[in-house]
Amino acid sequence: MTTPPKTAPLDLSPAPGAVPLPRMIMSQAGYEFRTVLRNGEQLLLTLIIPMVLLVLFSATSLLDLGAGRRVDFLAPGILALAVMSTAFTGQAIGTGFERRYGVLKRLGATPLPRGGLIAAKTLSVLGVEVVQAAVICGVALGLGWRPHGDPGSVIVLLLLGTAAFSGFGLLMAGTLRAEAALAAANLVYILLLAVGGVVFPLDKFPGPVRDVLELLPISALAGGLRDVLQDGAAFPAQPLLVLAAWAVAGLALAARFFRWE
Amino acid sequence: MTPPGDGGRDSAVELRSLVKRYGAAGHERRAVDGLTFSAARGAVTALLGPNGAGKTTTIEICEGFRRADSGTVRVLGLDPAADGRALKPRVGVMPQSGGVPGTARAGEFLKLVASFHATPLDTSALLERLGLTEHARTPFRRMSGGQQQRLSLAVAVVGRPELVFLDEPTTGLDPQARHATWELIEELRAAGVSVVLTTHNMEEAERLSDRVVIVDHGKVVAEGAPEELTGAERQLRFRARPGLGLEELLAALPAGSAAKESPAGHYLIEADVRPELLATVTAWCASHGVMTEDLRIERRTLEDVFLELTGRELRA
Repeated sequence: MTTPPKTAPLDLSPAPGAVPLPRMIMSQAGYEFRTVLRNGEQLLLTLIIPMVLLVLFSATSLLDLGAGRRVDFLAPGILALAVMSTAFTGQAIGTGFERRYGVLKRLGATPLPRGGLIAAKTLSVLGVEVVQAAVICGVALGLGWRPHGDPGSVIVLLLLGTAAFSGFGLLMAGTLRAEAALAAANLVYILLLAVGGVVFPLDKFPGPVRDVLELLPISALAGGLRDVLQDGAAFPAQPLLVLAAWAVAGLALAARFFRWE
Repeated sequence: MTPPGDGGRDSAVELRSLVKRYGAAGHERRAVDGLTFSAARGAVTALLGPNGAGKTTTIEICEGFRRADSGTVRVLGLDPAADGRALKPRVGVMPQSGGVPGTARAGEFLKLVASFHATPLDTSALLERLGLTEHARTPFRRMSGGQQQRLSLAVAVVGRPELVFLDEPTTGLDPQARHATWELIEELRAAGVSVVLTTHNMEEAERLSDRVVIVDHGKVVAEGAPEELTGAERQLRFRARPGLGLEELLAALPAGSAAKESPAGHYLIEADVRPELLATVTAWCASHGVMTEDLRIERRTLEDVFLELTGRELRA
């Protein structure tokens, strides 16, 4: 089975032209979304670790989670972890290597503008988060989770959290060497998982330490989601404020210091 | 049929006194040092020079990736630093290496770039043409260097650009893949696409280019059609016993001729090689009882031209 050496002639005559920007963005976003879902290491961070933590600590009494049902405490924390894994860790590593391998430069030579690429990355992150949220909520409901509260506040918290983590993820990707971004992003993921109120309650820490930890973006997101979903709060002002501050800082720093090459 | 914004000029690329410095002040190096040339529309222009001559920097300035410190750049009549949005759909770029995510599958990435363009080439036909059909689902990092190069070329042309920049398009390719690439470049030219490529392969420059720009130390040292550069000048080579009296032979040749023996027993005569000259040389040999071997008349190559102009080998 050999293929003929000559194929139908290609019409190489110039016919330049770009499609409208929204179509380019959707196309790039779809590509990035599929790439993330195919990447085993990414799935470990975005789905498998969150799932294992959710199921393990819900079904066992390894952790003292205080009064109340275990899954009601865990599910909001795991949602926060999912946002951090995709918006921060995934983007820091993925975009860091794209920069290193000249992918950002190469895409810069196509009609897709840089702003369009960032928009596509954001859409892809949101798409992955929808998949993560569906899986996490499905499993949590199966474990007996009974969420309360206002879905609007939950969405605002998730979006602000995504903005904050994306800003710092891109900042890392755009300033550090790819290997350094990989190591640092994984380290931050583990540290914030440990001390950010994801699965280990913050009230186990001494008062002053706890006050500081509550200012972390992961604690604000996990705590805010818990305020709404576990306790039925209408508008968790402090977590929203903390997240908004991180989002502004992260995005501004990324916009200022991101280097494309 | 000149698109708007070109000022009616017929250059695809026009560079004037381009300068690009690298390094800290005081220790700076001029990668591009007052480079001036133009590349005609619909033609293949080769920047030929050794590694480090400033070819890639020059091409990256044309692509809008870098800014010149001084000088002017016009690509399709536009300034790549300021008019990037307008230029990008019209210009295809093949970087020297990489540029594709390691996990991306060849066909998928090509389709992605094609999807940005209004009337792209058919991606499967293009993959087939470049012998990549069976690698359409192979992740980029698992493709061989040559396959990666060809995918990169495909990405550069898939949007049906008016102008393509190819940075060392055949470096590291096996002969078969190199010929497939050359054929595609020839077809691009036949279809009216302007091509600007860099190479340190003189065979490539001679075969493909309408115009060769020889670059060294960031400057143009010569330019012209390959035949102009190598000139009508021919040279005569032969082998014979060592130690012939070249002074005496030269006296019999037209003024301006040169003769040398290097290494011993290998003779080179640089002159206006005409039938009479050949007759004079062989007659002189006959009268001195000298039997010549491997007598041949050659054209100068671009390699000779480069060596003459810079005192260095192209591949050094």
